[in-house]
Amino acid sequence: MAHDHDTLIEEEVAMQDDSWSGGKPPMKASYGKLMMWYFLLSDAFTFAGFLIAYGALRFSSPTWPIPDSVFSTAPFGIHEYFPGGHAPLIFVTFMSFLLIISSVTMVRAVQEGHRENQGGVSFWMLLTILGGLGFLGCQAWEWSNLIAVEHMTVTKNPFGTHTIAGQYLHPDGTLSDDTFDGGDGYLMHLAGAGHHGHGEEDHSHGSYDGEYSLTVDMKDGKMDEYVDFPGYRINKEGYILKKFKAIEGENEGQVMSEQMGPKAFGALFFFITGFHGFHVFSGVVFLLIIMVNVMSGLYAERKNGYEMVEKIGLYWHFVDLVWVFVFLVFYLL
Amino acid sequence: MGHESYEDAKKKVFKGMLLLAVVTLIEVIFSLFGKGHIIAGMEDITWVAYVVGLIIIILSIYKAYFIVYEFMHMKHEVKGLAMSVLLPTLLLVWAIIAFFQEGNRWGESRELVKEKNAIESDQYFIDSDADDVKEIKEEDVQGNHSDDNH
Repeated sequence: MAHDHDTLIEEEVAMQDDSWSGGKPPMKASYGKLMMWYFLLSDAFTFAGFLIAYGALRFSSPTWPIPDSVFSTAPFGIHEYFPGGHAPLIFVTFMSFLLIISSVTMVRAVQEGHRENQGGVSFWMLLTILGGLGFLGCQAWEWSNLIAVEHMTVTKNPFGTHTIAGQYLHPDGTLSDDTFDGGDGYLMHLAGAGHHGHGEEDHSHGSYDGEYSLTVDMKDGKMDEYVDFPGYRINKEGYILKKFKAIEGENEGQVMSEQMGPKAFGALFFFITGFHGFHVFSGVVFLLIIMVNVMSGLYAERKNGYEMVEKIGLYWHFVDLVWVFVFLVFYLL
Repeated sequence: MGHESYEDAKKKVFKGMLLLAVVTLIEVIFSLFGKGHIIAGMEDITWVAYVVGLIIIILSIYKAYFIVYEFMHMKHEVKGLAMSVLLPTLLLVWAIIAFFQEGNRWGESRELVKEKNAIESDQYFIDSDADDVKEIKEEDVQGNHSDDNH
C-alpha cells in the first residue's frame, strides 16, 4: 500500500510543476515500443552487414556453390520421391511457411491483447512458440545433415561448381558416360564415408594403393598434398576429388580433378543462419516468459492492452522479416 | 485497429498469411525456373537469370513491406516514427553498391594477387637464408653486450 501512495504523490507532483511527467510519449508510442523499434533498426544493420559480406565474397569468388543443389535434401528421405532424388529448396520453403504461420499467430495474440482477452492471448502465444520450436527443429536437422552427412564445416566446403564441361573417369581411369556442363554443382564425398569422422586417416589404409603426390601451385606458392589414383585423388582432408576429361576451354582434352568449393561459403552459412537461429531461440525464450506472465494475470492488471505482448510481437515479426532476406540471399538467388 | 471491426481484422490477418505464403511459393517457383529445374536449359541463358533475380528481389521487398506495415502496424504509427526507423535503412543502398563493387574488384584482381604473392614468396626464400639470419643475430647480441659494458 505504501508503494501505491508513493506513486500517487509522484503523479501529483508532476502535475503541479509544469515539467514533463512522462505521460505523453513522443511520437505517440510508449517508451518501450519506441526503443524496441530502434533496437530492431540496429539489429537490421547487423544482419545487413552480414548479408552484404556474403554478397561481396560471392562476387569475388570465381565459383560459388549453387543453392538449389546444396539444399536439396529433406528429412525422412522425402527427397527420394522427387525426380532425380533431389528436392531443391523444398525443405527450406517449408521452414519459411512455419515462420510465416507463427508470425500470423503472433498477430492474433496481439489482437486478443487489445480486447483484453487473457485466454486468447495465451492460446495464440502458445501456437507461436510451437511454430518457433518447429523452425528451430528444422534448422537443427538441416545443420546436422550438412555437417554429419554432407561433411560441410566452417572451414571445409565440399560443394563445388564446374566451370567447364567435362566427362568423368571411372575409378580405374577409363572414360565413363557421365558428363556435365559448366555451371553444374557437385558434392565431394569423404573417402570411406562408412567410417564417420575418420576421413583423415582413410588415405593411409593399406587397402588403397594410391600414389602419394605433393603438388606445388607455381602461381600462389601453395602446396597441395594428394594421394593419386587412376580415376580420382584424395586430398589431405580426406575428400575424394573425382577426375574428369575437359571437353571445352583452354585445357580441352586434359585430365583434371574436382576442386574444393570456396571456403567462405561454409563459414558464412553457419554464421548467418546460426545468428538468425539464435534470434529465433531467444525469441522463443522471451515468448515463454511473457506467456507465463500473461497466464498469471500480470498484464491484465496493467490495463494497457497487453503492450508487452505487442513489444515481443514486434521482435518476433522482425525475426520473420530477417528470414525473408536470409531466404532470398542464401536459397533463392 | 480501432476503425475496423474485430471480425474484419481477424479475416484480414489470415488473408495476410495466405498472401505471404503465395508470394513465397511464387518466389521459389521463379528461383527453380531460373535454375533450369522446371524447363531444362534455362540456367544457361544469362538474361533469364537477371530477370528472375530481379523479380525475386522485388517480391522479397514487397514481403518485407507487408510484414512491417501490416503485421508490425507501422501504418498505424505516426509518420515521424515510421520515417525515423525506415529512412536510415536507405544508407544500406550505398553499402550494397560499394561492397558489391569491391567484391567484384577482388574477383578481378585474384590472378594479379596470386602472381604478386608468388614473386614475394620467391624473394622471401632468397633473403631468409639461414646463415645470414644467424650472423645478424650474433652481431646484435654482441652489440648489446658492448653497450652494457660501457
